[in-house]
Amino acid sequence: MEVPKDLLYTLEHEWIRVNGKNAVIGITQFAQDQLGDIVFVELPEVGSLIEKESPFGVVESVKTVSDLFAPVGGKVTKVNKELETNPEIINNEPFGEGWIVEIELSEAKDLESLLDPDAYTEQCEKEME
Amino acid sequence: MSTSSNLKVTPLIDVHKEFRGKLVPFAGWKMPIQFQGVIPEHQCVRDGVGIFDVSHMGEIEIRGPSAKSLVQKLMTNDIDSMQDNQVLYTLMCLETGGVVDDLLVHRFSEDHYFLCVNASNTEKDFQWILKNSDSYDVAILNTSSVTAQFAVQGKNSEALLQKLCATQLNEIKYYHFEKVKIHNFESIIARTGYTGEDGFEIYIDARHAETVFRAIMDTGKEFNLQPIGLGARDTLRMEMGYALYGNEINEQSKPLEAGLGWVIKLGKEDFIGKTELEKQKKAGNKRKLAGIRLLDRGVLRPHYQILKNGTSVGELTSGTFSPSLNTGIGLCYVSSEYAEPGKKLEVKIRKLNVPAELVKLPFLPTRVKKN
Repeated sequence: MEVPKDLLYTLEHEWIRVNGKNAVIGITQFAQDQLGDIVFVELPEVGSLIEKESPFGVVESVKTVSDLFAPVGGKVTKVNKELETNPEIINNEPFGEGWIVEIELSEAKDLESLLDPDAYTEQCEKEME
Repeated sequence: MSTSSNLKVTPLIDVHKEFRGKLVPFAGWKMPIQFQGVIPEHQCVRDGVGIFDVSHMGEIEIRGPSAKSLVQKLMTNDIDSMQDNQVLYTLMCLETGGVVDDLLVHRFSEDHYFLCVNASNTEKDFQWILKNSDSYDVAILNTSSVTAQFAVQGKNSEALLQKLCATQLNEIKYYHFEKVKIHNFESIIARTGYTGEDGFEIYIDARHAETVFRAIMDTGKEFNLQPIGLGARDTLRMEMGYALYGNEINEQSKPLEAGLGWVIKLGKEDFIGKTELEKQKKAGNKRKLAGIRLLDRGVLRPHYQILKNGTSVGELTSGTFSPSLNTGIGLCYVSSEYAEPGKKLEVKIRKLNVPAELVKLPFLPTRVKKN
């Protein structure tokens, strides 16, 4: 299971890549594998505010619907429009081209409660039992 | 809630693990929901051939001098019209007209039938049949636990299975079956299925299931045969508009509303549910089962509301994303006044009302071999 070292994670299997006061958010390899073929992504509006731990979008596979939970609060600065026509990019490149939104962080301290790669790897192993 | 420890497993559980099937609880069974992925598995069946382990399905045998009259009383379809080696799709109803189960009746002879029933209903069906058989000279056996079932579906299914059987499979017509030795083991092979493709359902002694399944997988390599999970089974059946017990029909539903009038023969002698179904037919349908497709991006799911000018006029019973049509499709009950193909409606998906239209079923033309 791929868990890049330069990212932070949530228990709901989102990842976040922090770059100064901006952060890119996506779902992990583990999450896309659990969902299966992703066929639809509902994205938030650019400029909207998202709240830490609240749903900000939806990913649907053939089998199931899954809410996207915000790892941190902030204002949406970009959304990955490509996912509207090619949602399967998330399956193929969850940590790269399959990113979902970019936000401007409201509170740097939101980051403190996130999981580091080791803690996240442990979490995935637990769930695979 | 059931824990994984009390789930039943099919004789193929080790094979599923070997093929990296994702195992989930389904109707009290631990079943593979997918192998390589729902979409590629779906395409594999539409384009060539796939194999499903459907050993969770139930098998009930009815034997004895009164077998025919008992089955005729239990079923809504006309059992008297059946020939030996024929299969018939039918409903088994309550006196209220609600559906106990939908199932396949196989006739060996007029004193020997076997029923293939839904996994979740096997025990209920068995008890229901027992309860209604008091005055009949029959033996009723639930053979589910000693019977495995595979479905081999897709246009290459006959060519593939023929390599493992001496019997000429092209002589088995649609909705007929034969006793066939496959890879030297006795089995029953029926030209039936739940995908809309040509294909076969194979019933075999559970002790030989793994050997035969592996032989089919090996022989299937040249046809690019893949194992298929329940996820693709559901998308395949939905594209055909086939009802699924628990979704489109249950003990409360009215089967005439579900478009199942073609398997309810009100002209035949008395059968359980006849009086009530006659009344329902006279009264007409307030709502009807219809196919629905999204006109915008999205996926349909059971229980989504169907709206006309903001007011609910129906509800989805099944929904998915159609890999063949690349759009959200579903089955729904909708008020009869709106239930016509081409009707433009909306589906409430979370906060949005998404445009949709009703579609004549099936969503794709069926490719079963009707002789």
